Amino acid sequence: MSTVAFERKVNYLNVDHRVRSWLLTTDHKRIGILYLLAISVFFVVGAVSAAIIRLSLFTPEGALLHGQAYNKMFSLHGITMIFFFLIPSIPAVLGNFLLPLMIGARDVAFPRLNLMSWYVFVLGGTFTLIAATTGGVDTGWTFYAPYSSIYSNTNVTLTAVGVFITGFSSILTGLNFLVTIHKLRAPGLTWSRLPLFVWAHYATSLIMILGTPVVAMAILLVGLERVLHIGIFDPALGGDPILFQHLFWFYSHPAVYIMILPSMGVVSELIACFSRKRIFGYEFVAASSLAIAVIGFLVWGHHMFVSGQSVYAGLIFSLLSYLVAIPSAIKVFNWTATMYRGSVAYHAPLLYALGFIGLFTIGGLTGLFLANLGTDVHLTDTYFVVAHFHYIMVGGAITGFMGGLHFWWPKITGRLYPEVWSRAAALLLFVGFNLTFFPQFILGYNGMLRRTYTYPPEFQVLNVMSTAGASILAAGYLIPVIYLLWSLRYGQAAGPNPWEAAGLEWTTPSPPPASNFDKTPVVTHEAYAYEEAPLPGVPEVGRV
Amino acid sequence: MSEHQDTVALQHQFDDAEQQFEASALGMWAFLITEIMFFGGLFTLFLVYVSAYAQGFAEGSRHLDLTLGAVNTVVLIGSSLTMAMAVWSAQVGRRTPLLLFLALTMLLGLAFLGIKVVEYTHKFDQHLVPGPGFRLESPVANHVQLFFSFYFAMTGMHALHMVVGVGLLGVLLVQAWRGSYSAEYFNPVEISGLYWHFVDIVWIFLFPLLYLVARHT
Repeated sequence: MSTVAFERKVNYLNVDHRVRSWLLTTDHKRIGILYLLAISVFFVVGAVSAAIIRLSLFTPEGALLHGQAYNKMFSLHGITMIFFFLIPSIPAVLGNFLLPLMIGARDVAFPRLNLMSWYVFVLGGTFTLIAATTGGVDTGWTFYAPYSSIYSNTNVTLTAVGVFITGFSSILTGLNFLVTIHKLRAPGLTWSRLPLFVWAHYATSLIMILGTPVVAMAILLVGLERVLHIGIFDPALGGDPILFQHLFWFYSHPAVYIMILPSMGVVSELIACFSRKRIFGYEFVAASSLAIAVIGFLVWGHHMFVSGQSVYAGLIFSLLSYLVAIPSAIKVFNWTATMYRGSVAYHAPLLYALGFIGLFTIGGLTGLFLANLGTDVHLTDTYFVVAHFHYIMVGGAITGFMGGLHFWWPKITGRLYPEVWSRAAALLLFVGFNLTFFPQFILGYNGMLRRTYTYPPEFQVLNVMSTAGASILAAGYLIPVIYLLWSLRYGQAAGPNPWEAAGLEWTTPSPPPASNFDKTPVVTHEAYAYEEAPLPGVPEVGRV
Repeated sequence: MSEHQDTVALQHQFDDAEQQFEASALGMWAFLITEIMFFGGLFTLFLVYVSAYAQGFAEGSRHLDLTLGAVNTVVLIGSSLTMAMAVWSAQVGRRTPLLLFLALTMLLGLAFLGIKVVEYTHKFDQHLVPGPGFRLESPVANHVQLFFSFYFAMTGMHALHMVVGVGLLGVLLVQAWRGSYSAEYFNPVEISGLYWHFVDIVWIFLFPLLYLVARHT
């Protein structure tokens, strides 16, 4: 019915239909879509490898994969999910699409660099996929030397090149965001009026800029060691492999915050909008993003408590790791305080956001067990660790991504997704996730080691539960793919602001025109000017 | 005429030339910070090893050619001067000195790389390149090999940045020849200058670390 009027408007999607216009676009919105397509490919690769791992662990002696094949499978899962899905997920897709819209800009500061970062990403991904299909790699995503630099006979070099190249795409994205947020804010959009999504991306950009080059150097040295035999981490020459771990975790621990901070930014937006309230303690939520970014750089040694690093270093790292809990808890408490006495509408995005809060809290609290020097010795390299970081990265980061994707889907595509299906999918995701990963806490506590294809028979029940949960989780991801694609054609026209949300991005038509704003907006108030009234036209489901 | 160029060079996401300039300068500074972190990883590793294996690293350092290293340092500092002059010429909108100083900077950069090739060749001839071909009679031969691992990784990475810098200068030269820069628009010259100075500064740290400090420990 309204599709006729909908089609006529010129927007960033229909302004030019040629493939060329997509491949050479410098429009941040189109580049966001390009990233969405690219990371979806890697998500499928990572998810299929995860499914194979879970199926294989159905029986204690390994139902599908043994030895080397199993090692290659979990390496593929880790490398694709971390470097090629989680790290770019929210920043490169939603961040690219929304940052300029949220700050009233026509584009990011360096649009051509933005496109280049996508090509760099695809190039790095191609290298990695070629490495995976021509024999694979068995080092895990951590590439620990000297195994990776001297002993492994798999495709380490090619994979390392792929990861190295992809790092540059991350650096370029972070650099672009940093300059955009500093220099392209609309008149009146002061730092204290900035949406929390933007604050979160600012903190994320700092980590991308400061951390990524260090892991690039570490991986480059592993590559050089393999190709030229220079031997900086070679114990035979007196080289110290623990130094590789230091450089690796100097980035790879903050990288966890590259994954979770943008997700926290999304959740802040969702909670405020669907509670119809100003976010509680705006300044604290904004500052806690920066605090997480800064403290996050000082805790990497908690990955190395049993590596042989100095005990005194371990003590300091343990203390600093506990400190990260403070800004994280500030966020969780402020979100719940925002909902308190709000007019809460339980739309799918909010369900995802609530899922995030629950799962992130469990993931965060179990992290404290691992930050403790004593318990960590018992739990290192067990499934407890696996469960912990999946609660953060999958339960936290990906759930936030799903929530954000639903929330801004009407803005991105101009269409509404089906409400009932999406709520069901959000619930399914939550249930499936917990069933998959909660048993792993128990398994790990009881001593089941990660990265092994066999396990003692008494662990089978919990492993079967985990595998069963994974299949529910898979459905939780598959259903949204189907109805989101369906909505592209059959979804209701969304209108500029279906959620009556307060951000600048909702003042543009959906989908937005190629140049975002006809006239540069002038901002006179902060991004959370909610009237504290229920969403009109939406039955109020409940009050908290 | 200059006003016309101004509008041509202003990209659509910016309101005015000043905003555009500030954005590109901030972008380059942020990029240089990533470079500091990139080299910082290597420098940290080097400092750990030099304190652990002082003897081997001192012996390795004595195998380096101090004269060529010193000459190269002078060459690079000279190139920083000519680069600064090039930026100044661009700011005041004088095309001929701009072309001259860009060309001089490029020549000095190439001279540096040439001298580096000579040094590398000597190391190959003396079997001091780490790997299976490394030959040295010394009780701390392994640590000397480690020193040369760092020497080649660090100076190689630096030389790679020099090559990129020379390429940038080539682009600037062509653009300046075509008259793309004026007193109103010279962003690329200025931010390439920042990059060039940064690469020089890296060498200013590398030279004493590799050639001088280890020599006397």
